[in-house]
Amino acid sequence: MALDRKIAYINLSTREVETKSIPLEMRKKFIGGRGMDAYLLYNHAPEGCDPLGPENPLIVSGGLLTATCASATARTHVMAKSPLTNLLGSCNMGGFFAPELAWAGFHHLVITGKADKPVYLWIHNGDIEIRDAQKLWGKNSTDTQWAIRDELDDQEVKSMVIGQAGENQVAYACVMTGIKNAGGRTGMGCVMGSKNLKAVAVRGTMDVKIAHPREALEHNKKFIDQITSAKVNQIQGALGTPFIWGATNCWGGVRTRNFQYNQMEYADEIEPEAIDDIATETMGPHHMTGCFGCQVHCRAQYKIQSGLYAGKYDEGPEYTSLGAFGAEPDCKSAETVLTGNHLVNQYGVDNLEIGSMIAWAMELYELGILTQKETEGIDLRFGNDEALLQMVHNICTRTGWLGNVLADGGIPAAEKIGKNAFDYLIQVKGMNNLHSDERATPGLALNIATASRGSDHLRSRPAIDLYHLPEPVLRKIYGSPVPYDGPLSSEHTEYIGKPWQVFWQENVYMAVDSLGICKYHTVFLGATLPNFEDWPDVIYYNTGLKFTPKEIWDAAERCNNLERLFNLREGLTRNDPKKGDTLNHRYFDEPCRRGAPDVIGKKIDRDKFNVMIDEFYDHHGWNKEGVPTSETLQRLGLENEPTRLL
Amino acid sequence: MEKFLTVDADKCTGCRLCEQVCSVMHEGVSNPAKSRIQVVKWEQEGVYIPVICKQCEDAPCMNVCPVRAISRDPDVGFMKVDQEVCIGCRSCVGICPFGAMGYNPAARQVFKCDLCGGDPQCVRFCEVKAVEFVPVDRVSAQKKRRSAARQSAAERQAVTTG
Repeated sequence: MALDRKIAYINLSTREVETKSIPLEMRKKFIGGRGMDAYLLYNHAPEGCDPLGPENPLIVSGGLLTATCASATARTHVMAKSPLTNLLGSCNMGGFFAPELAWAGFHHLVITGKADKPVYLWIHNGDIEIRDAQKLWGKNSTDTQWAIRDELDDQEVKSMVIGQAGENQVAYACVMTGIKNAGGRTGMGCVMGSKNLKAVAVRGTMDVKIAHPREALEHNKKFIDQITSAKVNQIQGALGTPFIWGATNCWGGVRTRNFQYNQMEYADEIEPEAIDDIATETMGPHHMTGCFGCQVHCRAQYKIQSGLYAGKYDEGPEYTSLGAFGAEPDCKSAETVLTGNHLVNQYGVDNLEIGSMIAWAMELYELGILTQKETEGIDLRFGNDEALLQMVHNICTRTGWLGNVLADGGIPAAEKIGKNAFDYLIQVKGMNNLHSDERATPGLALNIATASRGSDHLRSRPAIDLYHLPEPVLRKIYGSPVPYDGPLSSEHTEYIGKPWQVFWQENVYMAVDSLGICKYHTVFLGATLPNFEDWPDVIYYNTGLKFTPKEIWDAAERCNNLERLFNLREGLTRNDPKKGDTLNHRYFDEPCRRGAPDVIGKKIDRDKFNVMIDEFYDHHGWNKEGVPTSETLQRLGLENEPTRLL
Repeated sequence: MEKFLTVDADKCTGCRLCEQVCSVMHEGVSNPAKSRIQVVKWEQEGVYIPVICKQCEDAPCMNVCPVRAISRDPDVGFMKVDQEVCIGCRSCVGICPFGAMGYNPAARQVFKCDLCGGDPQCVRFCEVKAVEFVPVDRVSAQKKRRSAARQSAAERQAVTTG
């Protein structure tokens, strides 16, 4: 049964391991995956703990439906206090790790302490062993995985690892599995590095019993048909996330030159088609791969054909790599994009954050806030491909003054660089934004300002806002499972109704992250994809647990509130420019310079933005400071947290 | 008409959904270790090969069985293990040249592909058609057409680029 998967507590300092069952009532309240992780983090992280200290728990999990007969439930979730934001650290990745963890008997791992020398965990059919990893230390993310397979003499082992960036405690280092699946955001790889934990290797052949196998099988088929019939997933399956590049750039939604522009001039040079020209194996219906059990297969495969890394095989690039190594540093070479993508995968670092950090440094260099003295001779101007790739190396290996400073993350770096460097850092809660520009889209701006892990689109973005869906369609989607009769607007440049959409999306994303489902299988990029109404059957057929759509919504809201409580406890306040629900001043002061006619000249209206925040808090049952009221906590059954039940 | 299960590894995305649905179909559990089809992967190179039972004409599993527990199913044409007769010696596991014969340590029984009685679930779920169930007289027809198309395209390109 999925429900008999256990939770393991592993202390790397004392080498003690304890396992526990997960009570059903905890499943009903927190589901699994990210939701249960939020419970574990709030209960196990001491208030104000050092993110890089032994007491910070690193929580690794699969979702409730992981490794069952439900489509695309391969997501791994990792949570800890973030060394980048000093608030909630949380990342999510695809691949094959989480299902293997479930077949090995576990849904959650809570890893505390610090090993005195590099180690890795070997988890195999209920057993957990702490093994020496000194020979693995210094290896990149893929070599580490293959070396573990050879050492354990099993090519089916799946590992979650760190590359050199995690070892060097770059504040935004990733956890990685497979070629390019990355738990990218908030520096969970840095936390692993701080614990001297090089990898978690898993292999399992234990049954996950399906409660109603025939029904689960038939329902899975129906679900897959629903998912693959969506046009958005068909094109994802051919081009991956870069499919959205051209359109987004066209209307003016691609953050360029560290937010100076909202459109890249030479975007065509790094379009999927241009990348196709220089990569021998990429981006066609037969060069795509996917995560466990998924029929969308959105991940491209490629070989770099020329340059320093000619012949190297890799996966991607995703939209974020086009932004990180294209639009943001204003480099127009497909080869640079592929090379940068390869480097971040190998070092194990967040492409999004590193691209933003370098672009920020480029603007500071342009403004004279950074000079050749600080860059130690690197000509860090926009459009210098060589300097861009050199900085990727320098940050990941902490080489040179600037590389070392940028590796600490935006806010500490701004303090070290001094002057008014902070004003140019496009961050929320200390984390940089996706390479998208939200000045013309208030709903999307509200999403990044309030996202629980810092500036991020995958926490609450109402992406379908860009499709101008008719109001009745919006009402159908956003009016269930909780009735909503307030205003809704089909216009993406409007402010009205957006707080409800962001609130709804926040719950839908928490639900999928807790079930273990990928966001391409819910209302994210496609309006026709499954949501609350569709999940009770899947959960019931696979696990035997009964949920109503409203109960899933409630559980998601409960878990989102736990994340909120964690952030408040660690110092979030509404208007704090470094830890609050607010945006860089440029969103309010500098209008869009490029793009579609209804985008040029747009910026976020500060007063209307504040009204949106008020309304957003109100939907949650939070006060004007963004703190859940006691009635809200009571309604969600959180009034006694932390309860320490797990 | 009799049908064969065929594999086109070029199309496989390596998602292993076939393993999931196969084990659910036959055992009521999700567990690739109990799947009759398995995707062997070289992630480092992006190569994924689904490995299936070929239901051989002169089947080594049948020939090696000391108690004649393996025979061809007269209706669907797959090689069938009679668990009543099987003594669990695993000779068939050892001799199968494809590794397609499995062994379930809990049940202490061998297991193999039974084509789901004529409606293989791996085929039904594979959207990219890396596994297909095709009538015997068309078993190479699609491959032939694709190969011819590639050859034709290459020739056309050779002409245009001189």
